[in-house]
Amino acid sequence: MPMTPLDTIITRLFPENLTRDKHYRSLIRNMLLTIIIVSLVPMILVSSTLYLQFRHSYQEKVSDHLRELVQKHKQNIDNYLQERLTDIRLMTARYGYEHLKEGALLQRNLDLLKEEYEKAFVDLGVVDAQGYQKAYVGPFKLADAYYGDAEWFKEVNQKGYVISDVFLGLRGLPHFIVAVRSEAEGENWFLRATIDFEAFNELVQNIRIGETGFAYILNRKGKFQTTPFEQPFPPAVIDSKAPQELWKQIFSKSGDVQVFLRKDKTGEDYVYAEAPLKNGEWLLVYQQRASDAFADLNRSFAVTTLIMALGAAGVIIMALVLSRRMVMRIAKADEEKHLMDEKVVETGKLASIGELASGVAHEINNPVAIMVEEAGWIGDILEEEEFQESKNIEELRRALAQIKTQGKRCKEITRKLLSFARKTSLSVQDIQINELVEEIAGISAQRAKYAMVEMVTRFQEGLPTVRVSLSELQQVFLNLINNALDAMEKKGGKLALSTREADGFVVVDVADTGVGIPAANLNRIFDPFFTTKAVGKGTGLGMSICYGIVENMGGRIEVKSTVDVGTTISVYIPAVKSESPEKKPNAESEGSQA
Amino acid sequence: MSLAKVLFVDDEVPFVEAMTKRLTRREMEIIPAHSGNEALEKLKENVGVEVVILDVKMPGMDGIETLREIKRRFPLVEVIMLTGHATVESAIDGMKIGAFDYLMKPSEIETLVAKVSEAAAKKREHEEKIMQARMKAITTRRA
Repeated sequence: MPMTPLDTIITRLFPENLTRDKHYRSLIRNMLLTIIIVSLVPMILVSSTLYLQFRHSYQEKVSDHLRELVQKHKQNIDNYLQERLTDIRLMTARYGYEHLKEGALLQRNLDLLKEEYEKAFVDLGVVDAQGYQKAYVGPFKLADAYYGDAEWFKEVNQKGYVISDVFLGLRGLPHFIVAVRSEAEGENWFLRATIDFEAFNELVQNIRIGETGFAYILNRKGKFQTTPFEQPFPPAVIDSKAPQELWKQIFSKSGDVQVFLRKDKTGEDYVYAEAPLKNGEWLLVYQQRASDAFADLNRSFAVTTLIMALGAAGVIIMALVLSRRMVMRIAKADEEKHLMDEKVVETGKLASIGELASGVAHEINNPVAIMVEEAGWIGDILEEEEFQESKNIEELRRALAQIKTQGKRCKEITRKLLSFARKTSLSVQDIQINELVEEIAGISAQRAKYAMVEMVTRFQEGLPTVRVSLSELQQVFLNLINNALDAMEKKGGKLALSTREADGFVVVDVADTGVGIPAANLNRIFDPFFTTKAVGKGTGLGMSICYGIVENMGGRIEVKSTVDVGTTISVYIPAVKSESPEKKPNAESEGSQA
Repeated sequence: MSLAKVLFVDDEVPFVEAMTKRLTRREMEIIPAHSGNEALEKLKENVGVEVVILDVKMPGMDGIETLREIKRRFPLVEVIMLTGHATVESAIDGMKIGAFDYLMKPSEIETLVAKVSEAAAKKREHEEKIMQARMKAITTRRA
């Protein structure tokens, strides 16, 4: 399987025994992916939908604002230019060529205009039909200047009025001309005024928003008509490739303000708002860096992204923690189930062995009985007179006695086999375990003395009673004590009988300091016929019988043993619950776990 | 005169044969039977059976059933239950129903003989008592 990044993470974060197993691995992966997808997808969908909606309306708002702003300024500037034109037109209408030709009147008018508009007008001049300036007032020495070839002159001659582009002209300073045509005595004459560039420039330069928003004016050729705040990237109209088309496009919706986004050379987004001026001869351009224009939006985007990222991190961490916990629990449950299965198999094995044993015991018993009886019959016959003289009579009698003895041995074996397999319990009664153990200790005391074993008893007071068959339980403990004594036969030792209570069970520990049970044999000690004793000394049924009896009571036997140190056998017998009312809830809850 | 007239019931034919020989030698009159039904028939045919030795575990009609039937039809006949190990409880049940005693199989022949003698004595005692009671009844009626 190829290692995906997810696999790597899983391998790092989960215990090795889980990640090694293919089953758990896919379980972890599925769980992780499910949790992450189910949590993150709706979160991302909701957030991005909201964000997109917000962005859309926010951009709309910004663009509306810009449109309005540029529209207002466009009107301002248009008005400004129109007013200057009107001023001059009025002057021509009122005074006429003859009067204005006199420098004094012109000077008075200029002074009046300057008073009115402060810096708007720089100078005034009267120009004749040929383009010669007949009269001039202003700071420059331009009297008798010839304008016949100037652009503005041609235009005013044709259209009747003009507002020129900004140019340097004769004086060598940026300025622009406002002029009108008039007629006197069949001859055209012209009144021209120079508009102060600085004043006009300020009008546009003052449009400033944020850190990067500024405005400027361009003519059709793409020349600046005002000084831009900073060197701007040429706006859409002067795109070298198709200036005419774009120009047309923009002015086709004459009067409208166009708002759009465009990248500059460095790839940064700019917001442009463009509006035509002066009947489409000029273009008012406002530009601002998009990041500046949409600063609020960007901030909220950053906040949203941060929250999303934190949320996603939280979800992923949760997913890891949760799936780790879940899978570990599942693994534990699997392990327990595995152990349980083994136990069930073991119990089943013992049960079937028990059934087999009881069958064998029944079947063996009858033939043995017949054999013993037949032997008895031979014995009977031997008693007759005619055999008395036979010299082998004693030998025969001995042989018959031996048959009888071995028959009894068979009978003993079958009896034990049957009590191992016995299912129906004998009469059951409530028993105080301490009294029972005390009694059995007394019975075994003599044997213990011969085996040089010191026997001690430790009883926990106030134990609950157990409801079992007395004789069966006696059998169990006698068996265990006998085994313990056998284990200490050679060297003597100490045999401790102690009682305690644990998890709703009354426990009797039989601890010896004998030879111990090798680990290899620990699993087999409950198997019928398993014995380490010499042939004829033990049947190998003692522990199986104990096992069968205790299992029938609903208890269990636990064995702990170390070779040459000793063996502790713990017998767990279910306690009678109602006997200790104050401990009842405790006993019950523990009971349900068992 | 034999020590007792005994009906020996066991499904194991060789066992019955061996026991018949041994008990006959000890001066008992043995009638063998190999099932509960046979036992009941033999009881009907042979008047004067004093003791029944009855195996508890038999195929078909088992010892307890047979015992119940015997006690119903022949209440005065004493029954000794003979049992393997597993059937000790049923032997005890048998005694509750009215068996005289029970013995574990195989048991010492002397024990068995003693038990049979006791049972026979008990039966005779019973019969005697009944006889006396009847006689008394007859005499009192006369008087």
